[in-house]
Amino acid sequence: MRAPRQCRKGARLFLVFALGATTTEAHLVTTGLGPVYDGIGHFLLSLDDVLPVVGLALFAGLRGPKAGRLTLLFLPLIWIAGAIAGLANHGQPILGQIFTACSFLVLGILIAADWELPTVVVAALAVLVGGVHGFFNGVAMRGAGLRPALLQLTGIAVMLFILVAVISGFVVSLPRAWMRIVIRVVGSWIAAIGLLSLGWSLRFGQ
Amino acid sequence: MRHLKSRSWSAPAAIAALWLASSPLAWAHIESGEAGGFASGFRHPWSGIDHIAAMIAVGLWGAQLGVPAVWLLPVTFPLVMAIGGFLGLVGIPLPGVEIGVGLSALLLGAMVAGEVKPRKLIWPAMLVGVFGLYHGHAHGTELAPGENGLLYSVGFVIATGLLHGCGIGIGLIGRWPTGQKIVRVAGATIAMAGAWFLWAAANPKPIESHVSAAKADAPAPGR
Repeated sequence: MRAPRQCRKGARLFLVFALGATTTEAHLVTTGLGPVYDGIGHFLLSLDDVLPVVGLALFAGLRGPKAGRLTLLFLPLIWIAGAIAGLANHGQPILGQIFTACSFLVLGILIAADWELPTVVVAALAVLVGGVHGFFNGVAMRGAGLRPALLQLTGIAVMLFILVAVISGFVVSLPRAWMRIVIRVVGSWIAAIGLLSLGWSLRFGQ
Repeated sequence: MRHLKSRSWSAPAAIAALWLASSPLAWAHIESGEAGGFASGFRHPWSGIDHIAAMIAVGLWGAQLGVPAVWLLPVTFPLVMAIGGFLGLVGIPLPGVEIGVGLSALLLGAMVAGEVKPRKLIWPAMLVGVFGLYHGHAHGTELAPGENGLLYSVGFVIATGLLHGCGIGIGLIGRWPTGQKIVRVAGATIAMAGAWFLWAAANPKPIESHVSAAKADAPAPGR
């Protein structure tokens, strides 16, 4: 029994992404291609931003097309709103790290348990994750003095849209039950990463 | 046929090329602690034979038990291991960690060797979960401050999952009668290794004296 073609492609992409991960260069990415691409580059190289989005998209996909569509709508919009709020404020980086670790943990457990939450709650999760991560994004961009921030935020929003659309769509279209179990295994890994990161943040404050 | 062969090779080649292209610059002499990032985290679970033996035994047992245990056990172990790692990181002590680690290899290996199949799935999950706590704690207390805790955690969890995957992959040969025997022999080997780990954990002094003797035998610097 062979996995469908899209599953194998997805697995290859994940492998490339996981093996090619570099040190997080949060908020200091300059691609030389302009602010929109700087925003895209920044987002893709910040694992602490990418992983919760992947987790949320996986969970929304498990909950069905409606939850996926709502996440697709809310996450980029609220992320931008949070980032604009963050650009005008100061924030404690350690709080951002603890929230990031907690978001991995919660999303990972929800995926691993395949928790049948109502669609409204999934949308609320998208608002929470987007708002807080966007806020700390904005704080960090302000700290790094990146301008013009609005164009970079546009790049980030585009990446969020693409990532959620591709991952949620992929999970919604999974044809076999065991493939959903693979997604749940990935969820348990995300939760484990969150728990270890939380311990790490509490111990070393990084 | 030839066309199929070339297609099956092109995908891994493309992945390898992409990976090489996305590799970071060489970090010569930058990684000073255990926690240099993804690579350190990925290496850590492979660093101790006692951890490797137990994690492979989890995969082997999962393969023997079949669906859904083959999925449940590798989910349970990393999650509970992360709880243990968290306790270790925040400094909450867990008594008898080394004994727990040794016992895990002994008992999990024995389960594989005896091809034990409990009626209720909760028992294997609990056994694996309890031992995962000890393994995680042992790892958590060994971690030192480093560059990036998140990347370290990602590498660590992926390596743990891959070790389970190795166990499951080996365990799948149990579908054939000869393979079944090979898997049980592998379980027995892990159980024997576990007995040795347990003995070493219960008698730490002879090992320390052995290490100190080895240090004493080593030539002094500059000699």
